[in-house]
Amino acid sequence: MDLTFTSEQEILQDSAVKFAQKGYGFEQYKKSLAAPGQSDPAIWKQIAEFGWLALPVPESAGGLGGSTLDVALVAEALGAALVVEPFLTGAFLPAAVIAAVADPSKHADLLGQLAAGDVQLAVAYTERTGRFDPAHVHTHGDRVGDGYVLNGEKLCVFNAPNASHLIVSAHVGKSIELFLVGRETAGVGLNSYPVLGGGVAADVKLHDVKLGADAHIGDLSALEIGLDKATAAACAQALGGMKALFERTAAYLRTRKQFGVPIGTFQALQHRLVDMFIEIEQSRSMVLLAAAKADGRDATERRRAVSSAKAYVGKASKMVAQQAVQLHGGIGMTEELDVGHYFRQLTAFGTRFGDRDHHLDRVQALSDAA
Amino acid sequence: MNFDHSPEDQAFRAEVRAWMEANTPRDPSGIATGMRIGKETQFAWEKTLAKRGWLAWSWPKEFGGPGFTVTQRDIFDDERARAGAPSVGPFGVMMLGPVLMHFGTPEQQQYFLPRIANGEHAWCQGYSEPGSGSDLASLKTQAVRIGDEYVVNGQKIWTTQAHWADWIFCLVRTSTETSKQQGISFLLIDMKTPGIEVRPIITIDGHHHLNEVFFTDVKVPAKNLVGTEGQGWTIAKFLLTHERTGIAAVGDSRRQLSWLKQTIARDPAMKDNPHARRRITELEVDLMALEYTNLRTLDRISRGQSPGPESSGLKIKGTELQQAISEAQLEFGGLHAMPWEEDVDGEPVYRAASTRYNFLRACTIYGGSNEIQKNVLAKVLVGL
Repeated sequence: MDLTFTSEQEILQDSAVKFAQKGYGFEQYKKSLAAPGQSDPAIWKQIAEFGWLALPVPESAGGLGGSTLDVALVAEALGAALVVEPFLTGAFLPAAVIAAVADPSKHADLLGQLAAGDVQLAVAYTERTGRFDPAHVHTHGDRVGDGYVLNGEKLCVFNAPNASHLIVSAHVGKSIELFLVGRETAGVGLNSYPVLGGGVAADVKLHDVKLGADAHIGDLSALEIGLDKATAAACAQALGGMKALFERTAAYLRTRKQFGVPIGTFQALQHRLVDMFIEIEQSRSMVLLAAAKADGRDATERRRAVSSAKAYVGKASKMVAQQAVQLHGGIGMTEELDVGHYFRQLTAFGTRFGDRDHHLDRVQALSDAA
Repeated sequence: MNFDHSPEDQAFRAEVRAWMEANTPRDPSGIATGMRIGKETQFAWEKTLAKRGWLAWSWPKEFGGPGFTVTQRDIFDDERARAGAPSVGPFGVMMLGPVLMHFGTPEQQQYFLPRIANGEHAWCQGYSEPGSGSDLASLKTQAVRIGDEYVVNGQKIWTTQAHWADWIFCLVRTSTETSKQQGISFLLIDMKTPGIEVRPIITIDGHHHLNEVFFTDVKVPAKNLVGTEGQGWTIAKFLLTHERTGIAAVGDSRRQLSWLKQTIARDPAMKDNPHARRRITELEVDLMALEYTNLRTLDRISRGQSPGPESSGLKIKGTELQQAISEAQLEFGGLHAMPWEEDVDGEPVYRAASTRYNFLRACTIYGGSNEIQKNVLAKVLVGL
């Protein structure tokens, strides 16, 4: 057991924290929300220049071949700064899915553009009747000649409006396969909307979408691996938000006076703050565990660690966010303070990548299978 | 970064596991059911460990322990719990041992430490008093120095296993002139000394663990003072913060949860109950968070660092989880957990549940109540 980071990881973490503290802030967050697709091109370019978009791209496809922990360190810093640009849904998740297919080097061009910040992608796997289950797919791909024709609907595909390509899951016969679909392809229709906590998504309709044979890039297992890695990183991002809320709340308890004394002298409030702190530390343990196991070869360990982490951090993040608003009182309810915006991001985190129930089901299924 | 154990540590785990499986006492009245075990079983178990050199399992070699690394200590206690073996009485090995290693005279070390390590002396802890619970520093038991002796008068309460103990380490007031903390000293007292009276307190689990201990003109040789006069509070704080790993009781909670899971799996009334299975899963996730938080502390200690902020919640979360598991045991047991008598047939976990549930209310109270833990942590976090 060795829980230290490599010096490269420390440098990576350091640069991400510095960017979060100096290069981004509440003002930039509001600017990004107003940008097209809620993603400021200047910020996205900076994120690319740091090399963070190349982290999940395998070396065989010209990337850095970084670990999920590397990405998690960046994600935590971004979460602490309210960064709304789609680092996970637009870059890490799709790259991690492609990295898990049989031969990612075939997609070196697209991944190169992704790493350079020239394109964003999206993964379209959720459907109306399937909640969060990637194996619940009604969309189907029929073989026609050398290629495929896709038909179906996807629900709330995060970052689809910004994506040059969608990675779409579809049944081909009995198996679930992944297709790389240009967003402008005939038959692809998006109903786009902004989402809770920032960012954009779309309900995607696929009507007789004709694809060549090379559009087929992999199968369900690659999607599952990519989702697990991105879920681990999402937990890290949430951890950053939780930490930021804790710091703001502690500072508020020190400075806000009522009855002539700082409200931090009240025991009921002190204990609430301590509870937040403890939940953050426990969440950090789960993030480290999930990040460590997400890249492991043991699929059962990976699933259990990631889903346990999402279930735990999902609950803990709600507690921390709710208490942060409560302890700030009325001002915590307003849009003028950043606290409420962290609150919304963490609320969205509870649902994104699967809610607590979904992940508890998954842990339980692993336990039943054992 | 990785959470994997080295091949050496894996081999160590295998060695401890084999030994525990061969030597764990099979006491039908207690251990397997998680009920409180008797004095004979406890002491026999400690002698068995002592024979193997493992009673003082957390001690370094130079003081007669096995010299386990920090990680090995964690593995050892984990395997002990896994086998369903009782934990070692904490007062000698975990508490007084480190105090004597740090503050004791060579004579005290040479006399007391081997007798703890071989199981000859059982210890108890004389801290709380009727008027001094969370406000421990207000304690009143008085020790007056007369010649080569201290004369002790006063009363201790909630003294676990005082009725089993050969010795007691006490916080006593040696001065009322200075601050209440600075007037406290740390004294070792032979329980056979005239003037000591032990009266039982029966707790809500129906058992006798606790006592009141009365001191009337008890004469204690001055050489039994640990450290200097007035250093007692410093020693008490050292003792409370010294042993951070193990405080989370990860191994024992895992054992209890897995017993419960196995019990449910063979209980026709419960095995397909979706609520029960979900509750087990939730407890497993909470246990995992505690386990890996504990490992983070362990990793820091292994590298010679002091425990980090992650360790602050170990006692709070660990005890809450112990209570939550016992609550599930009680509720899943349902009517099987109702008989208030030990020799009724039934699933052992269900049968022990009401006793455990009652007993474990204590764990968020002892060792500094969880509310006191939060007060202490809030001082640091709020900084007011």
